[in-house]
Amino acid sequence: MSERNISITLKVWRQKDADSAGAFETYRMESVSTSSSFLEMLDLLNEQLIEEDKDPIAFDHDCREGICGMCSLVINGIPHGKNKLQTTCQLHMRSFRDGDTITIEPYRSKPFPVTRDLVVDRTPMDTIMQAGGYVTQRIGAAQDANALPISKELADKAMDAAACIGCGACVAVCPNASAMLFTSAKVSQLNMLPQGKPEKDRRALRMVGAMDAAGFGNCTNIGECEAACPKGISLDFIARMNRDYAVASVKQFLGMVGSV
Amino acid sequence: MNLDANIPEGPIEQKWTNAKFKYKLVNPANKRKYSVIVVGSGLAGAGAAATLGELGYNVKCFCYQDSPRRAHSIAAQGGINAAKNYQNDGDSIFRLFYDTVKGGDFRSREANVYRLAEVSNNIIDQCVAQGVPFAREYGGMLDNRSFGGAQVSRTFYARGQTGQQLLLGAYHSLSRQIGLGQVKMYNRHEMLDVVLIDGVAKGIITRNLVTGKIDRWAADAVVLATGGYSTVFFLSTNAAGCNVTAAWRAHRRGAGFANPCYTQIHPTCIPQEGEHQSKLTLMSESLRNDGRVWVPKSKDVAKKVRLGEMKPSDVAEEDRDYYLERKYPSFGNLAPRDISSRAAKEACDDGRGVAPTGFGVFLDFADAINRLGKHVIEERYGNLFDMYENITGVNAYEQPMQIYPAPHYTMGGLWVDYNLMTSIPGLFAAGECNFSDHGANRLGASALMQGLADGYFVVPYAVGNYLGSEVPIGKAGKIDINDPAFAEAEDAVRSKIDKMLSIKGHSSPRSIHIELGKIMINHCGMARDADGLKEAISMIRDLRQRFWKDLKLPGSSHELNIELERAGRVADHLEFAELMCYDALDRDESCGGHFRVEHQTEEGEATRDDENFSHVSVWEFKGLDQPPQKHAEPLVFDYVKPGVRSYK
Ligand code: FES
Repeated sequence: MSERNISITLKVWRQKDADSAGAFETYRMESVSTSSSFLEMLDLLNEQLIEEDKDPIAFDHDCREGICGMCSLVINGIPHGKNKLQTTCQLHMRSFRDGDTITIEPYRSKPFPVTRDLVVDRTPMDTIMQAGGYVTQRIGAAQDANALPISKELADKAMDAAACIGCGACVAVCPNASAMLFTSAKVSQLNMLPQGKPEKDRRALRMVGAMDAAGFGNCTNIGECEAACPKGISLDFIARMNRDYAVASVKQFLGMVGSV
Repeated sequence: MNLDANIPEGPIEQKWTNAKFKYKLVNPANKRKYSVIVVGSGLAGAGAAATLGELGYNVKCFCYQDSPRRAHSIAAQGGINAAKNYQNDGDSIFRLFYDTVKGGDFRSREANVYRLAEVSNNIIDQCVAQGVPFAREYGGMLDNRSFGGAQVSRTFYARGQTGQQLLLGAYHSLSRQIGLGQVKMYNRHEMLDVVLIDGVAKGIITRNLVTGKIDRWAADAVVLATGGYSTVFFLSTNAAGCNVTAAWRAHRRGAGFANPCYTQIHPTCIPQEGEHQSKLTLMSESLRNDGRVWVPKSKDVAKKVRLGEMKPSDVAEEDRDYYLERKYPSFGNLAPRDISSRAAKEACDDGRGVAPTGFGVFLDFADAINRLGKHVIEERYGNLFDMYENITGVNAYEQPMQIYPAPHYTMGGLWVDYNLMTSIPGLFAAGECNFSDHGANRLGASALMQGLADGYFVVPYAVGNYLGSEVPIGKAGKIDINDPAFAEAEDAVRSKIDKMLSIKGHSSPRSIHIELGKIMINHCGMARDADGLKEAISMIRDLRQRFWKDLKLPGSSHELNIELERAGRVADHLEFAELMCYDALDRDESCGGHFRVEHQTEEGEATRDDENFSHVSVWEFKGLDQPPQKHAEPLVFDYVKPGVRSYK
């Protein structure tokens, strides 16, 4: 651990609220420890701004350990920064060099309007979940857990899909603002498990429908989302959901799916 | 203060069944007329909101994050306990109950703990039905691992992300109810007060964190599921936004606060290394299944390691002190958290710590890698090793991890009776924000269990019973937010905000929080003594005065103002911290996570004083200029005889 201090210049998007126009402001920070995290660096910048009687920069964060999905930010043009498989809160200043200029912007996607500075509104992702991101079952009325054997391979695959943290980086990086990676991860997790099979078709139809209704764009197989995903969610899930959706659409056409 | 625990009749294994049978039911057609507020969307909050919604009640759920899926339950890594005995290793509901009571150092309420153990099995069934992808064996059955404080393998897990998967399961169910219109979700809303009409909880006041709008919300019952208070230490494993505000506001309105001094300092966290730090990161306790904890036997060697003159792997086997294995041979590296943490502190205080600051011990996987192969360790803990490398820049497959205890979980919380109702009628507390199940120390993998037990299986029944017996159907849903009680609470909230904004001093909220954290960790952390606690109380008072004289806040109250949010939480911590120290001072014994240096054996083990302290300390708020008043709920042990808690 050879940590040291670096000096950096930050270009940060400032925007008073959803209705105001925004602009970049430039800030200089001297002696930032390379062992501090990116968000800790912003904490210190905010302390500096308060000291100077300026408004601190609003940004979203909570767990600061890469699991809650609340942090966002586009750092030098890339959601969560350039390091693979990391969220913004996991990014550390040792990934930067002395003298670097770092640009920080909010996610810029039509479905995610800016609330203030670097904070955006990601509730449309919740709306997709509400349309079908669940197994319909009554709480408290389940059978014994081991009465339903599930192969390790399948459980592992479902876990790969379930690892999504709902941060929205996939949407932010996509030129079409598509939420396919996010939606397909949930559809796949539940559709591949025996518990989710009975409402497989309805789920695919409803979640894709909700995604379209919320204003997310189409997927044109660019693949940026997989690269930006801090949890490494695979594009294969999109292919899988497309299959499920196609099958469900045919069944719906044939009147084999109840009202969705 | 009414502290009747309302423990049901009958032998312990019958109590919950008896209670449920006696509970008043609400006719299905009437349920929708009752409104319930749930604050918080973690395991307990989301679980309760989803279940109450599914039952047909009219539910409103509030959280301060941008989505209910962010609640900090999500960060729990290791697992969830249940008495399934799938491993055929002799587990049972009674054993889980016994281990939990013993693990809590005989400071919890037997009946509550038994119920927790009893419903633990339903939780696993429920989660599997929701599609939670628990780890499986090749035969398709659920896999288990071991956790601290138990000699059976009863912990269910989903890689290193068990909390995430359980929370998402609850969030699925909650989302479904939101989609059906049964639950209305309010994101980015922070509860700032609870409203009492004639002494009964009838609503809350919130601030919309985006617009700053203050709102009144009425309900027939209010459930707080707002988590713990470890952020009183500033540096903790909690999320940045976790806070004591909701619980503290309830306390100021008359809810008893129980055992605030019981805090858990988790043994396996990444050591602190700089002043810029905003949080400490936990490394799952499950690592202790395969990692061996050690420090060098001699101070000289430790110093060389600290200075980087010697690599840890070059320290000869005979120069290492595997102190947990040495002191607690039968539990070894899986000794409970409080004991492991204290042992680490002891080794470091002895000058044998290994991190650059001197506060760190090794967690070494070399033996496990030799025995099982790197791929097995990678499969078990890969994401944790990655996380460690990301934060510290060190590859733990090659060099041992460095760990040190950090504030993590809080066993104390709002006092509740068996039905999880606080001393304010109509106000319930679930999950970490109540005090009920873990006594003075929580065992690993029991927090997720309690959160979901309360959320899915206890609150929905208990709230139904309260509504059915205390709120006549003619009055259901008829609370008027124009009642003077709402106006008074709203005014109090507004004037606190205005006051904070008007000070225009020089200290940022964060800087004061950091100072508070230092006072608390130094005087009310892993080791406490009477003089230190008295000193802490006066330091906290001074700091609180400074806060109200010298606070500096940018911006206004009518906008998204992150510093205003922070300041409100720090203000409450500054009041709460004093209570915590009072409790620690009053509890003149050592038990679980509460270690008073005056009370220890020659070997440094905690010594309890059952004669004088076998009770829950419940504090009543008497105003800030007066000491709080203590009430005691005696603890009665009919099934587990309190003994010396030995893990040797
Ligand atoms: S703050 Fe939780 S994932 Fe970054």
